[in-house]
Amino acid sequence: MASSSSNNGSSGANQLLLFVIVGKNEPLYEAEFHKTGTAGASDSVTRQNYFVLHSALDLVEKAAWTTNNMYLKVVDKVNQQQVSTYLTAGNIKFMLLHGGRSEDSIKNFFSDVYELYVKLSMNPFYRYDTPIASKSFDTRVRAVARRYLS
Amino acid sequence: MNRTPANILDRPLGGRGTRSAESNVSQSAFAYLYSELVQYHQSRVASISELERRLESSGYGVGLKTLELLSYRARESKRETRLMNILQFVSAQVWKSLFGKPADSLERSIDHADEFMIVDYEPLTSTYVSVPSDLGQLSADAFISGIIAGVLDGAGFSARVTAHSVALEDGEGSASSNPSLPPKKDKAVFLVKFSPEVLKRDASLDR
Repeated sequence: MASSSSNNGSSGANQLLLFVIVGKNEPLYEAEFHKTGTAGASDSVTRQNYFVLHSALDLVEKAAWTTNNMYLKVVDKVNQQQVSTYLTAGNIKFMLLHGGRSEDSIKNFFSDVYELYVKLSMNPFYRYDTPIASKSFDTRVRAVARRYLS
Repeated sequence: MNRTPANILDRPLGGRGTRSAESNVSQSAFAYLYSELVQYHQSRVASISELERRLESSGYGVGLKTLELLSYRARESKRETRLMNILQFVSAQVWKSLFGKPADSLERSIDHADEFMIVDYEPLTSTYVSVPSDLGQLSADAFISGIIAGVLDGAGFSARVTAHSVALEDGEGSASSNPSLPPKKDKAVFLVKFSPEVLKRDASLDR
């Protein structure tokens, strides 16, 4: 299963989604979504996914100042996977690695997560740009992902 | 009876159409809370600049949250990428949502290209504050400059913001000032000095 990661990546890519919230210096939140029933990805595929997502950060930085939309659409394409990004008003990046989903469902996913993020930041004990440890945030993000992305 | 949900993630965030009267706080409550905040910091610092720094950092968090909340409520999924736009956002939207009215003016400094001034004739934080003479140049509006710095930093325009008290010129001044207080003799000016890379980036976007 771990033999040829590019082959494995293409068959698993449609099911596997990686969602990362990146602040100014470090990832603040990570979640993998996969269809119930399929096994989670192997270690090497997961690492490769993280690598692809993080290498797309440079492209996000470049694209960030060219438009004043929050939704930056697809920023990078690697193999069959695409990285879509959404940038909040505070320049926090929501990045999703996916194997091709419709623009609309991704946009809806991002706006719902944005709403959750804004509510979370209203907590006076949550400091901006720090890792998000809240379990209820995690549960809700997964629920949103199930609604729009599977 | 409708209880607000216990989890912050379930509460509504408000926006167009929701009743904004519920979100207003009485001025006396704020003044009381703010005076406690200042006294708390005052008892823990050894110098004036330290006190100002603490007030600024208290306001910084407010600025960051205000930026996210107001951008979300505007519902347009747009963020500001240009310098003039973010300054207008601060002096109009942020001021209106926090203080009930837009800032009295936004000016650009003639001597320095990277300095801007936001003027408020009656800032909320110093309306009920009198600074004793041994505290000299302390401005209680450091809290507001922290808010401005938070909004600008969050949006990616790092800046140094300081609050100054400038004498009012004849003919200036708001007509609606509180009649029970003695007439104001000065206005608060928030000097915003952007870092050089911000200006460079903004200039390159012009092309």
